[in-house]
Amino acid sequence: MNLTLILFIVLAAVAVASAAGLLVSRNTVYAALFLVLNFASVAVFYLLLGAPFIALAQVTIYAGAIMVLFLFVIMLLGSEKLPRGQVLRWQRPMAIVLAAVLLAEAGFLLFQRLHLTVSLANPEASVNTTETLRTLGMTLFNQYLLPFEVTSVLLLVAMVGVIVLTKKEKGEQG
Amino acid sequence: MESSGLFSLVPLIVFLPVAGLLINIIFGGWMNEKTIGAVASAASGLAFVVAVLLGVALWTGSGEAVVVPFADWIHIGDLNVAWNFRVDTLSVLMMLVVSGVGTLIHIYAIGYMHEDVRFKNDIGRYRRFFVFLNLFIAMMMILVSGDSYLMLFVGWEGVGLCSFLLIGFWYEMDTLGRPSFANSNAARKAFIVNRIGDFGFLIAGFTMFWWFKDLSFAGVFTQAEHIASIAPGVILFITLFLLVGVAGKSAQLPLYVWLPDAMAGPAPVSALIHAATMVTAGVYLVARSAPLYTLVPQAQTTVALVGGITALFAATIAVGQYDIKKVLAYSTISQLGFMVAAVGMGAFVAGMFHLVTHAFFKALLFLSAGSVILGLERGHHHLAHQDEHGSSSHEDVFDPGDMRNMGGLRKQMPVTFWVYLIGALALAGIFPLAGFWSKDEILADAFHKFPTVYWLLTVAAFLTAFYMGRQVWMVFFGKPRHAAAAHAEESPKVITVPLMILAALAVLGGALNLPGVHSLTLWLEHTIAGVEAGEFNFLVAGLSTVLALTAIALSWVLYGRQPLVEGQKDPLKKLLGPIFTVFERKYWVDEAYWAVFVNRYVDIARFLADVIDGRFWHDFVHEKVIAGTYNWLSRTVLDLRVDQQFIDAIANGLGGLTKRISSGLRRLQNGFVRSYALAVLAGVVVILGYLILK
Amino acid sequence: MAHTIPLSYYLAISAVLFAMGALGVLIRRNPLIIFMSIELMLNAANLAFVAFARSFGVLTGQIFVFFVMTVSAAEVAVGLALIIIIFRNKHSIDVDLMNSLKG
Repeated sequence: MNLTLILFIVLAAVAVASAAGLLVSRNTVYAALFLVLNFASVAVFYLLLGAPFIALAQVTIYAGAIMVLFLFVIMLLGSEKLPRGQVLRWQRPMAIVLAAVLLAEAGFLLFQRLHLTVSLANPEASVNTTETLRTLGMTLFNQYLLPFEVTSVLLLVAMVGVIVLTKKEKGEQG
Repeated sequence: MESSGLFSLVPLIVFLPVAGLLINIIFGGWMNEKTIGAVASAASGLAFVVAVLLGVALWTGSGEAVVVPFADWIHIGDLNVAWNFRVDTLSVLMMLVVSGVGTLIHIYAIGYMHEDVRFKNDIGRYRRFFVFLNLFIAMMMILVSGDSYLMLFVGWEGVGLCSFLLIGFWYEMDTLGRPSFANSNAARKAFIVNRIGDFGFLIAGFTMFWWFKDLSFAGVFTQAEHIASIAPGVILFITLFLLVGVAGKSAQLPLYVWLPDAMAGPAPVSALIHAATMVTAGVYLVARSAPLYTLVPQAQTTVALVGGITALFAATIAVGQYDIKKVLAYSTISQLGFMVAAVGMGAFVAGMFHLVTHAFFKALLFLSAGSVILGLERGHHHLAHQDEHGSSSHEDVFDPGDMRNMGGLRKQMPVTFWVYLIGALALAGIFPLAGFWSKDEILADAFHKFPTVYWLLTVAAFLTAFYMGRQVWMVFFGKPRHAAAAHAEESPKVITVPLMILAALAVLGGALNLPGVHSLTLWLEHTIAGVEAGEFNFLVAGLSTVLALTAIALSWVLYGRQPLVEGQKDPLKKLLGPIFTVFERKYWVDEAYWAVFVNRYVDIARFLADVIDGRFWHDFVHEKVIAGTYNWLSRTVLDLRVDQQFIDAIANGLGGLTKRISSGLRRLQNGFVRSYALAVLAGVVVILGYLILK
Repeated sequence: MAHTIPLSYYLAISAVLFAMGALGVLIRRNPLIIFMSIELMLNAANLAFVAFARSFGVLTGQIFVFFVMTVSAAEVAVGLALIIIIFRNKHSIDVDLMNSLKG
């Protein structure tokens, strides 16, 4: 039992708990906040795994931008309480069963089949330097330039799409 | 050698009329009436010329028979029948009569068929008439010129056919012009009754072939005595069955019933076929078969008796008839009885002599009767035109042949009157007209050979004179009993000239066989063995003349002294009462035949048609059994069970199955995104599971 | 005492989070919650990527996570816009009401 492990367990618990909270909460805002918590814990995981940039990006993009957007829309739409579902009564049980099976399969794969002997050490201090950042940047702009550019186009398209989609037609009541 | 050259002309006898009818058939559409008639008459006339030439050839030659081969015909096993022409005195005599009288009648018909109001300007029908007439001449020539019984039979059947065609010439009407089946029924009656006679002929022919192995005259006659010695019954059988044929064709008892009905045909037809030529074919047959008949006296007796009884029977009926042609028809039957009796007794020359003279005066009488009928029709036409403000036509149909409508015609139609008178006197047998000589020769022969028949014939002769007198008084004397008779006119020359020629022949015809000269006897001697020249018997001649004159006087007393007026009943009816009714109703023979034979036959036919053919064969076998089984097979078994219940079940079942599966599967697409997502997850799980298990 | 955590732990966490995200997508009827669940799933995948990157010692996994994040951002934007439009039409955000593609 060492610190890393304890930290890991705590973080794992938080992540799972917040995910569970997202699943069950009736209030949409609470659900969004639970997700933010989840993102944060995952960001710490990244740190544990020696990916500082990714951790920061996670917080910035996911928790900062995406969730804010989510909250905007939640406010816009109003989180109404939806009545109990009339249809698809088998949905919930089936979903639970399937998810459980999925977990079981994943577990089986991980612990029986794939004999993973790798252990991941704490990241060295040298990880959190600009050296890794630079390497990341170089890799990104050299080997992965095309996906990078495509991604930028994708973002542009998404922006344009969103604007076009949500534009009010003449005479339409929003 | 020149004679033999002339003999080779004999096929023309047949083929000239054939050429005439072919020309009329093929080109008749472009010819007018006169041309059609001229072609037909020329064909017949040229045939007469050929006959004359053949006669001359025989006269100047030896007079023996000449056989002119023409074509091979049948050659099967033992049967060998060729188409040969036989030129001998008997056949040439017939040829002369047929073509001579025939040509005169053709000329007469040119005018008659045009005049007859039923004609109605129908040139197609006019043409058909002359085609049939020429066909008849051709067939009759085949009959008389044949060298074998089979060739004779070909002609026999052919003239039967022509008789049918010509009796039913106006097939859609009755004799008064009303739409009816009457004429065609009369034609069929003639054909069918003749068929019975033909049946007899055929039986005789078959027997002949069986025993003689030959059908030619020469072959049969040479073997006749031999066969008679080994099997006499055969000859008797053959001759009796030939008699059946004679009874049919020559209208003897009991097959005479078709001849009065045959008066439905036009007058030229009655004259040519039913007086002068076709009906004499039976007499010719017996005369030709003389070698057979002389071998069996029982057959001869039978033939003579049949002839005699027929002669008397028909004469009695003639007394009670009102139609001018019907009287002549029964008279023909009676005179044929004379001829048949004559040849039956073995008086072949007398029979043939009477045949020739009868042809003259009977044709004359029929044609004159036609002229009278035309006159009345003309008169009726005038009436219809004059009284158009319809006051006079108080009757729907006018019968121009009914003697009760006539009267006083000798003033209106003098030529017709005189020739008719000559014909009537000739028929009655008044000296010195032709009938006297021929009839008396028969009577003389009968007196010697067969007294029973003599008395029968004598009474018949008496009645003959009586009814002819009755007819002449009723038609030509007194006052017209109908307006049409009052307006009657004489017929044109094309009609009256042939009448005058025939009248001349009726007067002079006796010269053929005057006693002492015996021209005909000598002529026929060459062909018929054992003919004897008849002696002139003053007793017989005297008795018959007295009887004839008495009969004429009697008819004058009843009909001439106080001529009948319109609507008056026949005075003989008052006298004889019910006996007259028997004569008038022809002994109800036709009715008896209908009841006994025809209706029974119709019943059988109807039974066979309705029950056997209809109900059994058609309704049961066809409909129930065959069609029913088939329908059952196709409808119940195949259609219902196999197709609908089995195959359709499979097809529909497959379709239904597909529907059920698809409607089940359709529920997967419920439009809910979540369930689709569930399906995706399920798929992922399954694939993972598969990969794990692999 | 090595300060190490086996790779399989990280992967297990990733799996759990993924399963819970999947569950969320299937169970909830609010499209916003569904979207959030999807983000959760993506996150789980990112975690697995980074874990592997670390275990192999290459940066490729992190680059990939970078792209995933970008794309998910774009996707969220567009998706939310769509939800807004749907809300404008149907005046409700119950996913179960949108079944007009029903066969």
